[in-house]
Amino acid sequence: MARYGLRTIALVYLLFLLVLPVALIFWTTFADGIGPVIDALTTPSALHAFKVTAQVAIISVILNTLFGVGTAVLLVRHEFPGRRTLNMLVDLPIAVSPVVVGLALILVYGRFAPMGGWLADRGIDIIFSLPGMVLATVFVCLPLVVRAVTPVLEEIGTEQEQAAWTLGAKPWQAFRRVTLPAIRWALAYGMVLSLARSLGEYGAVAVVSGRIKDQTQTLTLFVEERFQNFDQQAAYAAAFAMAVVAVATLLLITLLRPREDDR
Amino acid sequence: MATTYLSLIVLIPLAAVVWRSTEEGLSGFWAQVTTPESSSALKLTIGASLLVAFINLVMGTLIAWVLVRDDFPGKRIVEMLIDLPFALPTIVAGLVLLALYGPSSPLGVDLAYARSGVVVALLFVTLPFVVRTVQPVMLELDKEVEEAAASLGAGKGTIFRRVILPSLLPAMLSGTALAFARSISEFGSTVLISGNIPFETQVAAVSIFGQIESDNITGAAAVSTVLLVVALVMLVSLDLLQRWGSRRG
Repeated sequence: MARYGLRTIALVYLLFLLVLPVALIFWTTFADGIGPVIDALTTPSALHAFKVTAQVAIISVILNTLFGVGTAVLLVRHEFPGRRTLNMLVDLPIAVSPVVVGLALILVYGRFAPMGGWLADRGIDIIFSLPGMVLATVFVCLPLVVRAVTPVLEEIGTEQEQAAWTLGAKPWQAFRRVTLPAIRWALAYGMVLSLARSLGEYGAVAVVSGRIKDQTQTLTLFVEERFQNFDQQAAYAAAFAMAVVAVATLLLITLLRPREDDR
Repeated sequence: MATTYLSLIVLIPLAAVVWRSTEEGLSGFWAQVTTPESSSALKLTIGASLLVAFINLVMGTLIAWVLVRDDFPGKRIVEMLIDLPFALPTIVAGLVLLALYGPSSPLGVDLAYARSGVVVALLFVTLPFVVRTVQPVMLELDKEVEEAAASLGAGKGTIFRRVILPSLLPAMLSGTALAFARSISEFGSTVLISGNIPFETQVAAVSIFGQIESDNITGAAAVSTVLLVVALVMLVSLDLLQRWGSRRG
């Protein structure tokens, strides 16, 4: 009996906290049929927001993948002073508020900060433009690839890499032919997580982008701006689009995870 | 190279925040943190996060238990849905919660612009933490020990308290700490549902955002520093918890 009690409590809690709200957004979006949704998503502002979001997300995922694999290899394969500290610092972005991330970047790369000023004199604007938004997104997604790859690297050990080296493979060759195939699913998992997080980042991007409509407005900022301007249809339509991406991400993650278990 | 990258993107900017907050000395820092607006935002954030962490500790463990030990149709879907708050952009989370628990709520529950709304938003975004940290440990639990305890005459309550709980505790606390850290720093999901009313529903992150917008950078940096300190304390305690857990396991 206790079993059914617990099951009911868990499911009712999930129903009200998770299922109903998300189901409602699908319902609200299509309340007036599919026509207005398509109209709302094909306005120039919406299309521009899609483009900016895609640019930021793609660049961030590439940077995070390179850095993530590099750091994971460094943390697992090398002993050096400060390793434990680096290991802890990698997790820092998870705990730091997105708004604080934005503020931190403004203080260093803003036009009136030493580094930002120096760059601005050379015609490179970071804050209130694309590079700043990429920096913010890279910051918040930093741990995702590292944490996905690290456990697999630990598990596979170095025997195969060593075998490759004794057979005359150069370090890069050994990495590409031996290590990379072994971590490919974990890496894909980390990249999917990063991509989802990059597409959905709001707080940090809101601070560093300056929220300039049709210039630095990403989809999340578009949702907020439309909502505040009482354009519910557009806000819900864009939110719906992102919810679809979120669900697709979940499906991908579920597909990628069992593969890890099989090995 | 990894360290340089980390420094340029994470460490130097964060150091700049701390630096900026103490620009006018420690007393200046303190004055900024204790302005009525900042201190009420910080108090609300910490209070709400403690409540959210506690609810997560109980509900998260319960959900993990149901997912591991129970079997029912649709379990796989529930299993997948648990991660949805991680995948859903926070602003969308805020919007969906406002749709269900806002002024035009189909359920007739209006939590918008109230503190309870903030708590619901935080519960939504922190849902996966405890479930996902407790679940793997629960899967590894040895059922034979429980059976042995039962054969020695232990009741269900005693088995849970004396056999199951001790091995789950490190994971439960890790998950709770993560949920707490996330609640403290949450911005996107609370910005719409809270209505951003100073002294009433304004959480710390939203207050920082407001101060940046109104160009009170030093004030924003001061509140940010408080959040950063909490984040660091959480990370260190998580590291310690992990060591404790692996020593036990």
